[in-house]
Amino acid sequence: MAFDVLIVDDSAAIRKILQRVLRQSDLPVGAIVEAGDGVEAMDALKQHHIGLILSDINMPNMDGLQLLNQVRGNDQFKNIPMLMITTEGSQNKVLEAVNLGASGYVRKPFTAEQIKEKLVGLV
Amino acid sequence: MTGIPEGKVAELIERAVTDVFTTMLDVGIVAGQSRTTSESLSAANMGVVSLIGFAGPWVGTGSFGCNPATACRIANALLGSEHLAVEEDVLDAVAEMTNMILGNVKTELEEILGPMLLSVPTVIYGRNFTTRSPVKQKWTVVPFQAEGQQIEVRLCLSENTEQDTIRPGFHIGYSLHV
Repeated sequence: MAFDVLIVDDSAAIRKILQRVLRQSDLPVGAIVEAGDGVEAMDALKQHHIGLILSDINMPNMDGLQLLNQVRGNDQFKNIPMLMITTEGSQNKVLEAVNLGASGYVRKPFTAEQIKEKLVGLV
Repeated sequence: MTGIPEGKVAELIERAVTDVFTTMLDVGIVAGQSRTTSESLSAANMGVVSLIGFAGPWVGTGSFGCNPATACRIANALLGSEHLAVEEDVLDAVAEMTNMILGNVKTELEEILGPMLLSVPTVIYGRNFTTRSPVKQKWTVVPFQAEGQQIEVRLCLSENTEQDTIRPGFHIGYSLHV
C-alpha cells in the first residue's frame, strides 16, 4: 500500500533531489508533500496522512530537532518514521536526534542508494 | 589564524569539495594550490558567488564561486534537470552546494574550535559586483578545476574575543533591540 511522504528542508534544491530519489526508488510512494521548516511541517502533518518524514535539522522558525520533539510528543504522529538528512554531523546533534527518537540519520552529501537503503529499513 | 593548524582549513575545504562533487554530482574535481589573500571576490573572476556566515566562538564568512556556465552544469547534475541560464533553480543549487561544502568544513572545525553556527547562504549573480568584508584576516582560497572550469572556495575565520557578543562590537543585549 502506498504511503505519503513529507520532505522538510529549507533548501528547494534538496527537496527536489529527495523527490527524485523517492520517485526513482522501488518503494510504494504516494503523494510527496514539501515543507520549508518545522512550522510548515506541523501544518502539513495535520492536513495529510503522512507515512514517512524526511527532515533537515538546521532550518529557520522551527528546526528539525524541535520538529522531531513535537512529532514524538503528539499521539497522532508519534509513530511516523522520521529520517534526519542533514549537513549537521556533530556527535552532539546526532545523539540529540537519536535521544529524541529519530528513526535514522543520513549526512549530506548523500547518494540515492544511501537514502534508499535507509528507507527500506523504515517502511 | 591562531587555534587552527596552518594548512588545516585548505585541507578541510579540499576534502569537503571533493566529497560533495563526487557524491552528489558524480563529477570529478581536482584541487589546485591553495593560497591566502586579502583580495575581494568580484564578478570579473567568478560571476556567481554564494556567501555563508559562521558564528560562535569563531566568526567569519565562507564563499563558493564559479562562472554562470558552471553554475548551470552544477544545477543540471544536482537536480537532474536541464538549465541553460542562471535562474532560481540554479541559484538554489549553488546555495545548497555552499551549505553542504562549508557545513562539512564547519563540522570538522568544531572538533578543534568548539560549536559554531552557520547562516543560510546568500547567492549573488551579476556582471559587475565586488564583495568586501571589513576584516583584517586573510582569506584561505582553494581553487578547483571541474570539467575544465574554475571553481573557488574561500574561508575567512577569526576568533571572537568577546564571547558574550554575536560579533565583536555588538553585545547580545543591545543587538536584539529593534
